[in-house]
Amino acid sequence: MRGGGMLHVAVATRAFRRYSTYRAATLAGIFTNSVFGIIYSYAYLALWKANPTAGGYDAQDAVTYVWLGQALLMTIALWGGGTTDDLAERIRTGDVAIDLYRPVGLVGWYLASDVGRAAYHLLTRGFGPTLIGLVVFDIALPPSPLAAVAFAVSLVLAVVVSFAIRFLVASTAFWLLDQSGMKVMSGAFAIFFSGMMLPLVLFPGWLGTLANALPWASYIQVPADIWLGKHTGADLAAALGFQVMWAVVLLGACQGVLRLATRKVVVQGG
Amino acid sequence: MADLAQHLRTYGQIAWLWIRAAWQYPTSFVLLAVGNGLITGLDFIGLWIMFAHLEDLEGFTLPEVALLYGSASLALACADTAIGSVERIGTYIRTGRLDQMMTKPVPLLVQVCADQFTLRRLGRLTQAGLVFGWACTYVDWTPLRALVAVSMLVSGALVFFGLFVGFSCIQFWTTDATEFANAFTYGGATVTQYPLNIFPREVMVGLTFVVPVAFVNWYPCLYLLGRADPFGTPEVFQFASPLAGLLTMTAALLVWRTGVRHYTSTGS
Repeated sequence: MRGGGMLHVAVATRAFRRYSTYRAATLAGIFTNSVFGIIYSYAYLALWKANPTAGGYDAQDAVTYVWLGQALLMTIALWGGGTTDDLAERIRTGDVAIDLYRPVGLVGWYLASDVGRAAYHLLTRGFGPTLIGLVVFDIALPPSPLAAVAFAVSLVLAVVVSFAIRFLVASTAFWLLDQSGMKVMSGAFAIFFSGMMLPLVLFPGWLGTLANALPWASYIQVPADIWLGKHTGADLAAALGFQVMWAVVLLGACQGVLRLATRKVVVQGG
Repeated sequence: MADLAQHLRTYGQIAWLWIRAAWQYPTSFVLLAVGNGLITGLDFIGLWIMFAHLEDLEGFTLPEVALLYGSASLALACADTAIGSVERIGTYIRTGRLDQMMTKPVPLLVQVCADQFTLRRLGRLTQAGLVFGWACTYVDWTPLRALVAVSMLVSGALVFFGLFVGFSCIQFWTTDATEFANAFTYGGATVTQYPLNIFPREVMVGLTFVVPVAFVNWYPCLYLLGRADPFGTPEVFQFASPLAGLLTMTAALLVWRTGVRHYTSTGS
């Protein structure tokens, strides 16, 4: 981390400030997340009233899970978007050709920017709904300082995994010119397989096995289970390792795709 | 009446332009339709997974919940397909596009609703129709029930029409608070997927008299299923959906008129 590290910090800071200009949007978002938090809490309470040990959770775990999901929704950009939308737009207009000849890696640049965005969303749309959840429902806090720290680490990894997938989706614009179709498809998978719609612990049989092996499990299910204290010791290391594995694989894929795309850009420009 | 027919024709013409425009990118069009169908399809699978752990949800079985889910989803899909673009008026205000629209001899609301009309929402419409159709096979049909079912779908769409238009008007005052409306439109659609008796009584009262989404499906479905209301509300509510639809629509049009009068361009 020499000059490059400082540059990425500067990029992240600028992204943080850029997102913080939309105050009314942030407040409206906190309100909306809280409304959905309340709706899902009652739905889950009805489910766990009928089946008090479903998926190995109790009712308090389930309600806590709901509010964690609402709090993380924007931080991990579950629906897609974030700074990778800028990339897709620059690919569409051809401006990306300029970016590719800059002496800074494209993946690192956009990742730094997205981390700045995620930090802003965590401080506002993460803490906002969590506070409401604490007041309105009896949600659980991490059982130990270790679990809290591990949750923080897991959250960073969740953002990185999500960023890599969104980067790959945006990259499809090199070939399709327009990312919107891929973005909607990828958003649908993210909602379902991250555990946003329903905790993955409830998924039966092979569907559960599959969902827990896919990268989207890193978005919500893994951080939430760490927050709830479901992972300890070697199990905790394995959960974080799972996220690291996907982060490395997917960032590698981003670099690979970029290399392929660069060749295409040069050919087009030639 | 002649006016309304004229507005509908103009709406149709603008919508047709956008459909042809969307076909210029067929891959994106197909992916978007499949993606939209997938979102709602997976939504129903979520409900089905929920029932893998349950006999019933506060006394309602899977086919009964599917009836609630399908009817609300269909109503939302109709409203969303027809006028979903009204959500974007904040953007139109920011970019000055609304000013352009105001100079044209077509009612503003018709232009805004038809703008960027998209058939990709057919995905949601199809999926909701399939779930509703399946749930309908569990209903013990009578002529009056069939009538109530039709009136439920029309009134439900009207309620969502009203919510989309009414809450989008907030953007006349705060152009960047789009998401606020989502709490009532998509939030309303999410609430109505579940039997309302999973919520406290206050929520049910709010959803009946304040944001009347309970009339989208809950009350008429109770009639279709021949069930008494667990909250003990009067039976006449089960037939009041058309009234709720008309009232919501009227209120929304009044808010729209006030919003447009209040509107001053951003000057961009």
